[in-house]
This record gives sequence, C-alpha cells and structure tokens, in this order.
Amino acid sequence: MTVSKLPEISARRRRTDKFMRGTLVAAFVLALIPLVLVIYYLIYKGIGTWSKSFFTTDPNGNFFGYPGGARSAILGSIEIVGLASLISIPIGIGVALYLVEYGKQTAFANFVRYLTDVMTGVPSIVFGLFIYIVLVEAKVGGSGFTAWKGSIAVALLMLPVVARSAEVVLLLVPGSLREAALALGAPRWRVVWRIVLPTARSGLVTGSLLAIARGMGETAPLLFTTAGVFGLTFNLNAQMNAMPLQIYNDILSPRTEVNNRAWGIALVLVTLILILNLLARAVSRRSRVA
Amino acid sequence: MDASAATVTGDRSVLERSPAARLPDRILKWGLTALAVLILALLVYFFVRLIGESRLAFSKFGLSFIFANNWNVATNTYEAWALVVGTLITSAIALLLGVPVAVATALFLTELCPVRLRSGFAVMVDLLAAVPSVVYGLWGVFFLCPKLLPAEKWFASTFSFIPWIGGGTPTLYNVFIAGLILAIMILPIVSAISREVLTTVPRDNKEAALALGATRWEMMRMAVLPYSKAGIAGGAMLGLGRAIGETIAVVLVVGNAPQIPKHLFNQGYTLAAVIANEFGEASNVAIHSSALFACGLVLFVLTLFVNFFARRIVVRGTTDKRRRRLPRRKGAAKVAAPAVEAGSG
Repeated sequence: MTVSKLPEISARRRRTDKFMRGTLVAAFVLALIPLVLVIYYLIYKGIGTWSKSFFTTDPNGNFFGYPGGARSAILGSIEIVGLASLISIPIGIGVALYLVEYGKQTAFANFVRYLTDVMTGVPSIVFGLFIYIVLVEAKVGGSGFTAWKGSIAVALLMLPVVARSAEVVLLLVPGSLREAALALGAPRWRVVWRIVLPTARSGLVTGSLLAIARGMGETAPLLFTTAGVFGLTFNLNAQMNAMPLQIYNDILSPRTEVNNRAWGIALVLVTLILILNLLARAVSRRSRVA
Repeated sequence: MDASAATVTGDRSVLERSPAARLPDRILKWGLTALAVLILALLVYFFVRLIGESRLAFSKFGLSFIFANNWNVATNTYEAWALVVGTLITSAIALLLGVPVAVATALFLTELCPVRLRSGFAVMVDLLAAVPSVVYGLWGVFFLCPKLLPAEKWFASTFSFIPWIGGGTPTLYNVFIAGLILAIMILPIVSAISREVLTTVPRDNKEAALALGATRWEMMRMAVLPYSKAGIAGGAMLGLGRAIGETIAVVLVVGNAPQIPKHLFNQGYTLAAVIANEFGEASNVAIHSSALFACGLVLFVLTLFVNFFARRIVVRGTTDKRRRRLPRRKGAAKVAAPAVEAGSG
C-alpha cells in the first residue's frame, strides 16, 4: 500500500484556522446582539403602553395624570413624510431618468452623480439648518416653523436615496427595448413613459419605499423646521407633531409615564419602518422572478 | 434642401416629426436636465447661505473658533475645539469598535456562511440600519447607559494604569457610550459595502489559494483581504462620514459638556450634538446662533471631505477590479451606493 499522501496541515495552522473561523462567527453573533436587544426592549417596554387611548388621544403635556397618547405624532409623521415623498420621489426619478436617458457618461452627468452621492453623506442636521436659514428664518409663507418646511427637509434627505436607487434600476432596462420602440417611430418621451418607466416599475417602487422608510425616522431636520406641538393638526402651514420629535421630547422628560410613552411611539415607528422594508423586499423579489 | 429626400412642406423630410410633435421631447429633455441642475444649484446655494450665516462667528473669533478651546454660552464665547475633538473621539471609537466587527461579519457572510442561510442573515444585519437614530438614543439612555455603568467603573479602576483609557470616575453619559452606539449604527453600512467588495474577488484567486493548500482562513488572509483592502477602507470612511454627522443618538448619550474628555468614560460634546441641543435657546442671540451655523459649516465641510475620499476609494476598489475579472459570472453583482434604510439624525 503505497498511496502517496499530501503532507498534513500542521497543527498550528489548523488551530489558527479554527480560531479565526470561530472569531468570524463570534463577530457575526456580536453584530446581531444589539439588534436583538433593541427589538426585545422595544416590544417589552412598548407593547404595554399601547391602548385605545394611546392611539386616540394627543399628548397633553400635563405634569400629573395620564400624559396623553400619540395620535398627533403618528398622523403628523404620516402627513410630513407623505408630502416629502410627493416632492422627492418624482424629482428623484426625474434626475435618475436624466442620468440614464440623456446625461449618460457626460462630464456633467457624472458630476450630478457625484453630487447625489455627496448629498447622501451630508448629515441630516445640516439639511435641517439649511431649511431653517432659507425658509424658517425668512418666515416664508407667513409663519416660521411649519410642517411643509419639515417635509422639504426630509425630501432633501430622501432625494439622493431615490435618485441613486432609481438609476440602478433604470440602467437594468434593456437598451433593445428602447431601440425597438424608437425604431417603431415612438418619440422619446413616449418611450420613457410607456416603455422605460413601466419596465422598471417594481424597482422604482422598492427604492421609493426604502427612501420613505428612511424619511420616517429622521429627527434632526424636523427639530429646526416643524418644531413639534402637542395638538393634532392637518394644516401643513402650521407647526406639527411627529413621532421622532415626540420620542425625543419624551426621553428628555423627567416623568416615567412620559418616558414609557417614548417606548410605545418608538415601537409604532420601528414597526412602520419594518413594514415598509418588508414591502420593498417583497416588491423587488417579485420583479426578479418576472 | 436635400433633393433626394421627399419633402412635404418646404424642407422637411416625411420621416421627420412636425415641430409641434417634437415639443414634448424637448420639454422632457430640458425638464429633466433642469432637475439635475436644480440639485447642483441647491447645494451651492445652501453652502453660500451657510457661509453667510456663520460669518459673524468667524469674524469675531477668527480661526480660534475652531482651534481654541472655550465654549461658554454664559459669556458668549464660542471657540469650538472641544466639540471638534469630541466629534473626532466618538467617531474614532465608533470606527475602532465597529469596523472590525463589520468586516468580520461580511467575511463570515460571504466566505463561511452556508449559502442557504446567507441572504436571511444578511437581511438581519441590514435591519440594524432600519432602526432610526432616535430609537438608538432611547435605548441608549434607558438601557445601555445604566446597564454598562458598573462595567465601566470596574474597567476604569482595573485598568487605571493605562493613561486616558482607564482611571477617572465614569459618568452615566460619556463619550465611550456615544462611540459604542455610533459603532452599532455604522456597522450595517460598513458591512454592506464590505460584502459588495468581497463578492468582487475573483473565484479563481480564491480557488488558487485553496489549491495551493491554504486553509480557509489563509485563503481569506492571502487572497480575499488584500484584493478588497481599498474597498473596505472606503466603506470604513463612509461609516466615518456617517459617525461624524450623527446627531440625535449622540446628543442623548454623550453628556453634552463642552470640554475635552479627560478620560474614556468622561462627558463630551460633538459638533452635531451642540447644534441640536442649543438651537432652541440660541435663536434670540445672534452670535450664539451664528456660532451654531459655523459648527454646521465645519461639520458640512468635514463630511464632504471624508465622503469625497471615501467615494473615490470605493469606486476605485470596485470598478477596475470588475474590469480585470476574467469570466463574468451570471447576474454580476450590481455595485451601487447601498440604500441606507432609516433615519440618520
């Protein structure tokens, strides 16, 4: 029996390999610990504050007794982010269309691409300051702090997310589809409207949903633009409450009941964001099959 | 003009659309271009306005606004060196704690994890980015700070012989906690970019290493990591940009004391935190609000700088490697700016 055998890997090298593999697994588990802890505490502390009155009353700011629910914060967030989406999604997709259909690899298009990347990196608080300087301090629209200014600040944060994800998706639309339509005599705008956008629809929806999810959780820009109030309002040209603002204010409160409400609102907020993320994933998965 | 082309009216070809029919095309093209220009104009306008608003602070304090250490609201003295240092310290802690874990996580997911579990695990890491920063702040204030305080006290007294790291009495809110929370927040970003970069390592390189008798870890160390070094460095810098600008989570746990932290578990302050915390009281005092705008300007320039280099490194790290890769795999991974999914402020 003379089977030639490869020399065995030395014990030291095997030990190192095992140790490093173990370290990598440990690092992965370590990375998940904060996620588990955050979600556990959100549910543990938050679910108890959910009640009928939590969803049907507004925070009241009283020093004693029931501190009120979170209705104005939840509805305010939806209003502010809704308007922000109406602003940022069309503009973002428009910019992406410019980059893919017209700009392509020209120097200007690459510069715009670079700028959208830069915008992703600008801290959200700086966008808050911008809007404060340009719109709040100047009292545009008659009053200082208003909800629509917060929407614009949030829209500025969502814009690069929408634009960059839309560009990736639009690039995936096969050139042959565009050429076929053009060869049949369709004008450019009709090609964009009837061929490019519908083909990329699910990808665009995914990117937009992720951007909305991001906009939902923003606190810093709202701090300088909408300046939360307790009451419920549907007037976008007035101060408005929002979930992140109410959480922030509730954390700073010395009252335990108010602190607990922060957990409840945070649970609502994170649940909404997770739903948006799951929706986005579901939409993008469906598109990959088709 | 062209005699060979059939003409309908005057000099227009039959195949040509009438000017009226071409109008929507023009509108679309120039409309979309205008949107692109709008982004540029907005950023430039904001930058100019921010400089304008912070001029008062810079003209009063000059360069010592950044390089002198005296931030005192009571005497209206605004010299922000302590804030700059606080920003750098918390970001450095975040990088030191976050990047190794993020890269190791990415390595685990791309090289060791069973394929069946891979996408599920990756989603779980990405979910860390879905938690808004105010929720991290909430968790930090009511869970992390009180729970870690005994451990910090033990650490500080046991390792008191190490300068700055040990010694001193830990405070409930301190720069270490802020750095730790920042590390958690940048982890999904750095990990996602590292994963993108690691998947561009050619299979051939890895298999060659294994064929030469390398163990799994040696393969990673010799074939995977050197190849993706630049991309990972770029990802870490993007994480740094994020850590520098992070506001709400930091303002809640950093302690908000305008001083250079005397030790690791001492209170500090950051540029972003000071803006969020003092903005309300500052709006009536011109010099105070101007100083906060100046802080915003410093922050803006700092993040522009960091992001500029980070993007260059990431792009270099991913594009020319893809060009060099010989057999294109099916469905080549698309490299894009990772979609960050939740609030950053």
